[in-house]
Amino acid sequence: MKNQPEFDLMEKETAPTIADRMLKRGITRREFLGFCGMMAAALALPRGSEKVIAQALLTTPRQSVIWLEFQGCTGDSESFLRASPSPNPLDGGLEKKITDLLLDVISVDYHETLMAPSGNDADKSRTDTIANYSGRYLLVVEGSIPLAANGHYCVIGGKTGLNILQETIAHAKGTIALGTCAAFGGLAKANPNPTGATGVAGAIPGANVIALPGCPANVINLVATIIHLISFPGVPLAKDSMGRPDFAYNSNPNSPNYMRIHSHCERREREEVEKWGDADHIAGGCLREMGCNGPYTYSNCWQVKWNDATCWPIQAGHGCIGCVQPDFWDKPYTGSNPINTFYAKRVA
Amino acid sequence: MSNETGNSVFLPLVMNGTTSSKKIVIDPITRIEGHLRLEIQMNNGQVQDAWSAGTMFRGVEMILKGRDPRDAWLFAQRLCGVCTTVHSIASVRAVENAIGITIPENAMLLRNLLEASQFVHDHVIHFYHLHALDWVDVVNALQADVNKTSQLAQQNNPGWPNNSVSYFQSVKDRLTIFVNSGQLGLFSNGYWGHPAYKLPAEANLLAVAHYLEALEWQADYVKMEAMMGGKNPHPQTYLVGGMAIPTDKNALEGINLAMIGNLRAKMQTGLDFVTKVYMPDLVLIAKYYPEWTNLGGGYGNFLSFGDFPQTKDNQRTDLWLPAGVITNKDLANIKALDQSKIQEYISHSWYTYNGGDAIGVHPSTGETNPNYSGPTAPYTNLDTNAKYSWLKAPRYEGKPMEVGPLARVLVAYAAGHIRIRQLVDGTLAALGLSTAALFSTLGRVAARGIETQAIAEKMGDWLTRLETNLKTTGYNNAIHEQTHWEPSTWPSGTLNGIGFTEAPRGALGHWIKINAASKKIENYQMVIPTTWNGSPRDAQNQRGVWEQALLNTPLAIEAQPLEVLRTIHSFDPCMACAVHLVDMTGNELGSMLVEHM
Repeated sequence: MKNQPEFDLMEKETAPTIADRMLKRGITRREFLGFCGMMAAALALPRGSEKVIAQALLTTPRQSVIWLEFQGCTGDSESFLRASPSPNPLDGGLEKKITDLLLDVISVDYHETLMAPSGNDADKSRTDTIANYSGRYLLVVEGSIPLAANGHYCVIGGKTGLNILQETIAHAKGTIALGTCAAFGGLAKANPNPTGATGVAGAIPGANVIALPGCPANVINLVATIIHLISFPGVPLAKDSMGRPDFAYNSNPNSPNYMRIHSHCERREREEVEKWGDADHIAGGCLREMGCNGPYTYSNCWQVKWNDATCWPIQAGHGCIGCVQPDFWDKPYTGSNPINTFYAKRVA
Repeated sequence: MSNETGNSVFLPLVMNGTTSSKKIVIDPITRIEGHLRLEIQMNNGQVQDAWSAGTMFRGVEMILKGRDPRDAWLFAQRLCGVCTTVHSIASVRAVENAIGITIPENAMLLRNLLEASQFVHDHVIHFYHLHALDWVDVVNALQADVNKTSQLAQQNNPGWPNNSVSYFQSVKDRLTIFVNSGQLGLFSNGYWGHPAYKLPAEANLLAVAHYLEALEWQADYVKMEAMMGGKNPHPQTYLVGGMAIPTDKNALEGINLAMIGNLRAKMQTGLDFVTKVYMPDLVLIAKYYPEWTNLGGGYGNFLSFGDFPQTKDNQRTDLWLPAGVITNKDLANIKALDQSKIQEYISHSWYTYNGGDAIGVHPSTGETNPNYSGPTAPYTNLDTNAKYSWLKAPRYEGKPMEVGPLARVLVAYAAGHIRIRQLVDGTLAALGLSTAALFSTLGRVAARGIETQAIAEKMGDWLTRLETNLKTTGYNNAIHEQTHWEPSTWPSGTLNGIGFTEAPRGALGHWIKINAASKKIENYQMVIPTTWNGSPRDAQNQRGVWEQALLNTPLAIEAQPLEVLRTIHSFDPCMACAVHLVDMTGNELGSMLVEHM
């Protein structure tokens, strides 16, 4: 290691850094740099940014995260678990993979779906983290927050979800509203919104929130956002007026990073499918007539796809439902389309 | 105290400092899906009574009203991102039943494959990432001798290659770095060192290694759902009338022969993991906890809707896992399912019925009027004599029924299912137990593993049938029925339908009513597995299934209720599903329920 001063692994008295942890586990320098490069690309950063990311990971202990869920389906958490899927685990054990990157990069200090303790001891994890990492933990929120009936449609540990959110967001260094429910209200907010559901920004007026919508959110966008926050502290992520990062949700047609699905769709020029399973469907045809929200949806699913780039809905033969857009559940029923269904023929 | 029928008798709360009798609260229950609160009456170190409360509500049925029935599955799917396929299939089946659609065979096979891969994925994650920390002491794993661990792995998991001394050293080193960093993350404030943990350090280290491997395995295995359905979570592929991915050997994108090969390869990784890692680990752990075959049994009533059709979807005459009802643990007298015997009560739930709180109502003519009458937050205790949950109380012939893996396995066993019988008898023999042991927390855990293996094996048959269809010249590889897609093609009049499935957590039913004029959803009802298992009391004050199952559980340390979590987690609660809600501002009593069951 003598000729690689940037990866000098001296014993550190403080908590080992992210890079220490990775490199000690046998992730090669090449794989480490590859990860930094991939993150820089996902974030649409200029050349050379991967070095900044690498340096940040060399000098940063694990990022503390408090993960709260309110009126959710746990889909965004499940999406998170799909991170960096491994090749076959029979290829030689843990050491050569970067699949556990997320467990080394972040310290998930509160997450009700996965954490060991229940009840008071679980809440202690949350309150201890708020106290010990004040101003330094990231808050991730999934699920909407109900405001009707004084918040009694979501109560955890005897406290309303709203109350818990207010306590926890107050000392966070950054907040990610993960998934369309936390970003914009999502399913619970769909008409008639029986519980007064809203997203984080609606529940905490004035909050500085990074919105990562999707139903569920794509884990690649979560990882890229977290890496950005670690690597470029003090440099705000470029976002639109709804808090959506530019790198994944850009809706400016003049931008080179324009994310409109229809503009990039692999099926765009092909013959249109008219019945499910017809010859054009078999040939991978355009799904406009079977209901596709691609023309109105701005998201990087066409680019990064899902489950380690295995597939995405249009590739599997079903139209886009526009799941990153605010109020997408109601759009078919409130728009100009009289047929009122996700499956209505779309005008391109 | 309870009398023999399980009816609860109110006991006064002792508040003056003695610890022999007191009420404890566990909220949040973690390592489940959704929001669950338990209040428990302790007496001399044992659970004397228990109350289960769902504490979150969204209103999905109210949201479904007025929408196109073809869209319903998209909404319903988002009841849960863990069991992310089950509401989709129940929903499209309900609509297909209402309209009278028979889907093509390829669509039926794809539905079976998606459900099956969901079961395998879901149950493995449940064992390792939701349940294992109740049995495995992660911190104690640091004491393990890696040579002995390697020997244990070779003996316990033969055929699984990650078993060298250096491998376990690397896992131990990783865990050491993690613990020494001071950032314990998910393992913070765990009950490490609790006297109820019984595994030796080597078994703990083996289990921790497999917990990490399972985390990686699941992300890879679930790619099957992405191949078939575009993505996971929430595969975007169900359709009223079939599925959205073309099945044709010439398909550019879709299920072609290359894709069959990819699916088969992934399927094999599942079968390998289940037979070489999950099941042997389950048996190993079970051996150290024999007393858990005498705890957590509960009523001994079981209900299965059955699933995995073999010839035609929705006809329910040819289900690979059969439907049936068992009461009082009587495996010799299995009864046929009669869905008309299902009723829901709201006497202890935050709803009102127009007919008053004492009545039970069948889902097809029910109503849901949410009405929160609990304490004002922040609160310390619920009023467990009154209404205390967002879950309703489903009952069958007035009885609380357990649903889920144990119900399915017992019904299949009683019905003579050959493979289930082999797996059950084999597992019991390996543990030196009789069938009586099945009626317990450990029995539930074993049943989950057993059905996972049976399903993982059976998937190969369905895939082979699909492949054969693709290869057969002249076979109609349709993926969708096509002729009833447009609402204008549907029968006239009000249409009623039921869609049943077996979700990983148990029997699931959707009831739909389609308006004659608008062809939109007039009413939508769901009765959910966790609602059966996690319900509060009913109008007869009978405890819900896991309220009953918790009785007599010993707690060594009240502040660390590990033993309670063992039984609760054995049910694999899914609370977001369970509080769905049902809305039937139903003024159409007496409308015909179309029975294709």
